[in-house]
Amino acid sequence: MDDIQLQETIERYLTGDMSVEERTQFEAIRKATPEIDQMVIEHAMFLREMDIYVNRKNFSKLNKQVFNQLLDAGTWAPEAEQSTSSRVIQLWSKYKKVTAIAASVGGFIALFTSAMMLFFFPSINGNQILELSKAVEKIEQNQKVQGHLLNEVKTKVPENAKLVSGGSGFLIDTKGFVITNAHVLKGEGAIVVNSLGQEFKATIVYSDKNSDLALLKIEDEDYKQAKALPFTIRKKSSDLGEDIFTLGFPRNDNDIVYGKGYLSAQTGFNGDSNTYQIQISANPGYSGAPVFNEKNELIGIMSSRQKLAEGVAFAIKSDKLFDLVETLEENELTKDLNVKLNKQKVKGSKNRKAQINSFKNYIYSVRAFN
Amino acid sequence: MKAELNEQALLKGLAENDSKAVEALYKSHFSMIQHFVTNNNGSFDDARDIFQEAMIALYEKVQLEHFTLSCQIKTYLFSICKNLWLKRLQQMGKYSTPLSAQEESISVEEDLDQFEKKDAAFAIMDRALNSLGEPCKSLLEGYYLNKKGMQELASQFGYTNADNAKNQKYKCLMRLKKLFFAQYNIGE
Repeated sequence: MDDIQLQETIERYLTGDMSVEERTQFEAIRKATPEIDQMVIEHAMFLREMDIYVNRKNFSKLNKQVFNQLLDAGTWAPEAEQSTSSRVIQLWSKYKKVTAIAASVGGFIALFTSAMMLFFFPSINGNQILELSKAVEKIEQNQKVQGHLLNEVKTKVPENAKLVSGGSGFLIDTKGFVITNAHVLKGEGAIVVNSLGQEFKATIVYSDKNSDLALLKIEDEDYKQAKALPFTIRKKSSDLGEDIFTLGFPRNDNDIVYGKGYLSAQTGFNGDSNTYQIQISANPGYSGAPVFNEKNELIGIMSSRQKLAEGVAFAIKSDKLFDLVETLEENELTKDLNVKLNKQKVKGSKNRKAQINSFKNYIYSVRAFN
Repeated sequence: MKAELNEQALLKGLAENDSKAVEALYKSHFSMIQHFVTNNNGSFDDARDIFQEAMIALYEKVQLEHFTLSCQIKTYLFSICKNLWLKRLQQMGKYSTPLSAQEESISVEEDLDQFEKKDAAFAIMDRALNSLGEPCKSLLEGYYLNKKGMQELASQFGYTNADNAKNQKYKCLMRLKKLFFAQYNIGE
């Protein structure tokens, strides 16, 4: 009897698919041969697990189906209670007194690139996904006054505060509202820095770990309200294969970096329908960076990349920004912010260099501190 | 008395995959869990995930031969959800203050242990099936999950007869078992 036949016989025996005669025969063989007895026990165990697997799989389907039907029928109101889960934080007041520190031209904050750490999502997906935020382990404030001071640069990070994380962000409303990832804001306060290196104080007005989106409001007298946004925020989903590009601050020297790729799947990690999968080289620091298509539309927000597959990254779909604004409007504390998303088509240039030139003024490096 | 009968009928329906019973359970108990989770650092989606897991736990419990429920369904579901959510919060490092809850709950540790073991075995089987590759995966799913006959599978997969399909199925099955037992702890 070869292995396949034996396997089949054992399965027929266990599923009660044998005639009485055959059964008696087989039981005699089983008694006489410990190896076969062992195989029967093992297969019984396997079939039991398979049974549980099949039952659970079928029931899960029914379970989800019933839930979704009831949800669609309006049995529950998911939004009504959700507002309590989104934190609205007003922490800036603690740091209102910003002490100016004279420092050297090259920037007194030395970010140690070698100390960059990569953070993993702790529980949800083990080590398969990397967030793209920069972790700054050590900051040195270089207060040496050098002989040849061209510019006196003042930091807007409060004295004694420690930078803890960083990433990218971008304006969604010229009143000074900047979107970034929630995981970028590991600290209590934040500043944003534009592509020219100017720093602005910002308040964290909204942060939601579930969607991994956060909203900052630039509150700084130096901030001059920009002209209308040069891009639209896309509400509909985008097409597979669409060419995309991103602009962000993955490096510590505050140079804006351009990256280009394409949309490779409509869903993100493990089929997550809140995100797209995109093909782009993503470095830590790209977290929170905008993802644009060729038509001057913002289609997503960079958030994470897959650890083992180089070039595979995930971007939060831009329609989540509309959900975010809705949440703000429903909350007593934030409804007066009056955040408006640009839905008007922008007839800008389709030339990539021109696009980058106009977009880059709306993109910021975000630094969170404690 | 009437309420008790109702509960028994619901559990029986649940054991038989009756969608009406599942619907009734959602209608009477989900709001309570939604309220509990959203008041304890969670979102609506968290409440949904937790409740669906609790439903699976209850479903698998009623599948057992000598199953008894020593409390009301409501209390049981709440206790499972409370424990699952507590764990989830701890994993996320969010758990600091005691949970606020008005419902009464019972100790369900043993059931949760069972549930977690089944969960682990389920994940192993799922991974094993998914790493089989085609046509093995679809063939075995067709046979075990969708309960298709060998004849039907033979024509679906283009085998000349049921015996060929059977041969292929056993080859696949042996590979699946190898993958499964490589991770499954028999001692448990």
